[in-house]
Amino acid sequence: MALIPPPGAPIRRSPRTDDHIDWDLRDPLTAEVSKGLLTTTVEKAIAWTQTSAIWPATFGLACCSIEMMHTLSPRLDMGRFGAEYFRGTPRQSDLMIVAGRLTQKMAPVVRHIYDQMLEPKWVISMGACASTGGVFNNYAVVQGVDKILPVDVYVPGCPPRPEGLMEGIDVLRKKIGVNGQVTSTELIAQRRAERAEWDKQHAAELEALREMSAGHDVLQAGDAPEVEPVVAEAQAEALAAAEARAADDDAEAPRA
Amino acid sequence: MSDVSAQIEAASPGAVVAEFEHVGELTVEVQKERIVEACRALRDGPSQYVLLSDVTCADFPHEPGRFRLAYQLTSLATGARVRLRAWAGALDPEIESVTSVWPGANWMEREVYDQFGVRFSGHPDLCRILNPLDWEGHPLRRDYPIGGEEVQFSDAV
Repeated sequence: MALIPPPGAPIRRSPRTDDHIDWDLRDPLTAEVSKGLLTTTVEKAIAWTQTSAIWPATFGLACCSIEMMHTLSPRLDMGRFGAEYFRGTPRQSDLMIVAGRLTQKMAPVVRHIYDQMLEPKWVISMGACASTGGVFNNYAVVQGVDKILPVDVYVPGCPPRPEGLMEGIDVLRKKIGVNGQVTSTELIAQRRAERAEWDKQHAAELEALREMSAGHDVLQAGDAPEVEPVVAEAQAEALAAAEARAADDDAEAPRA
Repeated sequence: MSDVSAQIEAASPGAVVAEFEHVGELTVEVQKERIVEACRALRDGPSQYVLLSDVTCADFPHEPGRFRLAYQLTSLATGARVRLRAWAGALDPEIESVTSVWPGANWMEREVYDQFGVRFSGHPDLCRILNPLDWEGHPLRRDYPIGGEEVQFSDAV
């Protein structure tokens, strides 16, 4: 009846279809060997051209499409990556950004449009509904677009901020292999290592900072200053000043 | 007995079963066999309820009538609103269509049929409108499974 399995059934996702998408995650030996060959340069060039002009197919289904439009707006210009040219026909596009809820009724249509796209093609699943069904865990919504399409990048959020979608496109570009750069996961690990290195080098300064803030971050029970008398005093003062002003006004009032 | 019920009773004696008033909203329960006469009486009567705002349904599995249809009527001249209520029956729920009174009831009744399975006799084109045409079952009934996936790790504290 539907693409939703009964509760308790194992949850299966569709497998990757294109091996060449993970081409820069090959085992290190192959990667090292291929670096010395001329074909690697050609592959990198091709990958660079592919990443520089990813033409998405318009596939905004629901609310996430608004944030996708914001990513096109001048503030976060998707055109910087050559991706502002949203094609109306899937036959001329490389990327399908599934933005929004996918209903059971729409599922065969999406699959049909995906099949009409030419290789190489990529899919970004934007938002919680496209990734896992989001808040709509019911009979009408397909629980994740990866039930029917192979997805390359998931962008979580409800809706994800336009910067989030921008990072999703950035991750996709790294996945395709722009300029032979490392993928996003390796980049994160690299940065984490760099930060740890910096912490070790500047350990003395960090220690001094911690010394300064010692005792200030946690307020003990006996340390709380007496607030009430001070506040009461200030209030009494303000009241007296207001009364004085009122008395002055009354004195001046019978003028007209 | 409000004047709405009086109008219905005048047009079709014995049609009004009950009447409810809550937070300023009037609901008149009529027998399902007299629904078209009642609707026509209200549409052509002095208040002129020319606008059928909605036809909706609710499933009460423990009631003998089970499917409780609600016809929301609006009068554009006076701004008055009234609700007509009718029980469609549990086994093989059926009621006469009001498309002869308001043509706009066409898609509203199709939606009720699609989600609840209440058949409307005399409807020009009774078929599913929201779900795919080859869908099995009527999703908004109480005995229809809620569907979806079992959410992982929801038992974890």
